Amino acid sequence: MTTLLAFDWILLIEKLILIAIIVFASLGIALYTTFAERKVAAILQDRPGPNRAGPFGLFQPFADGLKLIMKEEIIPNTANKVLFILGPGLAMTAALMTCAVIPWSTSVEFFGRKIDLQIADINIGILYIFGVVSLGVYGIMIGGWASNNKFSLMAALRGASQAISYELAMGLSLIAVLMLSGSLSLKAIVEQQQAPGNLWNIAYQPLGFIIFFICALAECNRTPFDLPEAENELNFGYHQEYSSMKLGFYLFSEYINMIMSSAVMACLFFGGYDIPFFDESTLSPNIAALLGFLALFTKIIIFIFVFMWIRWTIPRFRYDQLMNLGWKRLIPLALFNMLLTGAIILWKQG
Amino acid sequence: MSTIQILFFFLSVLAIFSAIMVLISKNPVHSVLWLIAVFFAISGHYILLNAQFLAIVNLIVYAGAIMVLFLFVIMLMNLNADSEPRKHQWMKIAGVISGGCFLMVLISLVRQTIEITGKTALVKEGNIGLIKNLGKVLFSDFVVPFEISSVLFLSAMVGAVVIGKKD
Amino acid sequence: MTNDNIMQALTNRSKAVDRAPMTFMERLYIPSILKGMAITFSHIFKKQPTIQYPEQKREFSPVFRGLHVLNRDEEGRERCTACGLCAVACPAEAITMEAAERLPGEENKYREEKYAAKYEINMLRCIFCGLCEEACPKDAIYLSETFAPANFARKGFIYGKEDLLIPDPVTDAAGFEKAQGGRVRNKN
Repeated sequence: MTTLLAFDWILLIEKLILIAIIVFASLGIALYTTFAERKVAAILQDRPGPNRAGPFGLFQPFADGLKLIMKEEIIPNTANKVLFILGPGLAMTAALMTCAVIPWSTSVEFFGRKIDLQIADINIGILYIFGVVSLGVYGIMIGGWASNNKFSLMAALRGASQAISYELAMGLSLIAVLMLSGSLSLKAIVEQQQAPGNLWNIAYQPLGFIIFFICALAECNRTPFDLPEAENELNFGYHQEYSSMKLGFYLFSEYINMIMSSAVMACLFFGGYDIPFFDESTLSPNIAALLGFLALFTKIIIFIFVFMWIRWTIPRFRYDQLMNLGWKRLIPLALFNMLLTGAIILWKQG
Repeated sequence: MSTIQILFFFLSVLAIFSAIMVLISKNPVHSVLWLIAVFFAISGHYILLNAQFLAIVNLIVYAGAIMVLFLFVIMLMNLNADSEPRKHQWMKIAGVISGGCFLMVLISLVRQTIEITGKTALVKEGNIGLIKNLGKVLFSDFVVPFEISSVLFLSAMVGAVVIGKKD
Repeated sequence: MTNDNIMQALTNRSKAVDRAPMTFMERLYIPSILKGMAITFSHIFKKQPTIQYPEQKREFSPVFRGLHVLNRDEEGRERCTACGLCAVACPAEAITMEAAERLPGEENKYREEKYAAKYEINMLRCIFCGLCEEACPKDAIYLSETFAPANFARKGFIYGKEDLLIPDPVTDAAGFEKAQGGRVRNKN
């Protein structure tokens, strides 16, 4: 933050370019994640999936997006218009803000300038992610309330309380990781896992990872926690009154959330941009950065695939089951994991 | 004007404007949303003071948790602008007078304090708000009040559960 | 189970419901979730039964009863004599026709002295039972291996003679062959 305020114009331009690249790249990846979702669903169900638009159906996401844009934009008469429009925007903003602290790779060198491939290496990176995630609730709540529909309102309350409940367990499961790393900066956590002799955090924190993963599923509204999508038993979610691209924003922000939580999981538990069984320090920094980015990207893709794989395997939870799991199982488990980790750390220190 | 000053004035104007909007919005949901904007502006001030931990905790706890509960309650009660009870004329005047008195007391207090006068805020080089220092202070010098307050929160939570379980 | 003694089970797949309380491993759910995920994963390698419709078409079975065809003989003369037996046989009353007498000089067009001037089948009423084919004494109508394509209006489903008549084998032998669908129908 201090460097940002000092007038280092080149740094400012550099960061702006980086932000633009990352935002547009995440939008593009999210676009293709929708395609991947349909394709993975199809393959898991012995179907070919979308294959008409372009080679292998690769233009399908554009067709989908075009369809959403061309649809009639409906704002209910009794809706609160400002907030109705603000809701999807907030959801999208909160989803995209997460990418600021994710270390996409090490630094590259251009014309003698060292450029970090991370927008901001703040020393409270993880807390920042939590802050942003907790703000994501507002997109849901405002959208659901502004629709002025009792079903949307109930669904918004449901969605918000789901997000809040699982945020707790998520935070508690993370504390164990933070105990190991001793830092809140994502970059420091990744570098620590990368250091020779250190294993990835998944080796030390398998239980923590499972809890975090389940909570990530719930935070992204993915199956088995996709209550907002329960159109037949719960009359849809908070986006019931939405149509056209405003609905698209809500759906899109979910996909971006999925990408970002995959990135966070990769950084926290799977070594981020670390390439397994390989020493990057032998390579030149630029190539190492590129390979590191590819490694992180591969990990993200694998996580996204697992998210989808789970979606097409497990049925939806009932709302009370969801709450029971969150409050009565995951939070005590996360606390236990935290205590265990603390005890082992103390025992190791002697 | 340096960048910090520009940011400071921007955040201050934002904070005061949002705070006024909290008061004058007819719709309680709008009030809550403006209050969230106030929290954001205040978090910005914390960042200017290099207190990043305080800034983000302010966002997580106040904007992310407490205001969500406020929204929950307001949305469920379905408070509308027209359902607000009409206040008596005398009540309004009394409110203005008492509020004005309180403002005067505050201003005179701030003007008279010796500790503040002649000192500037530690902009961007202060390090009290960093998580490391804060943690050390909380768990060494202030460990007893810290633990007592956490016990207080726990008892409040247990109390809430007990009340909620009754029916 | 007492049921088994009375009734012979059709398959040996039936299983009694197990109502025993779940063990600890079962209550963890994670092993069974992993098992389920293994099953879905194995479907990646399964062969897809999809037929890419407009390019690929499913083979019809030889007894498929599709759209009607009004047949001609080898010289390209219409076989139908408008006797009305098909209309009588039709359980859905989908067939209507108007008869006309063959004029001198039309011997190359119509096989018998009487022919159907108008012959209509309402494809919305038709149940494709094939009774018209069985009723026809002249082998003039049979059901082919195609089905009625979609249409925007109801009247598009009332097929007239021009829609039903088979191509002339003298002028368009290939079309005739195709419309016959490779089925041997020359009973007389």
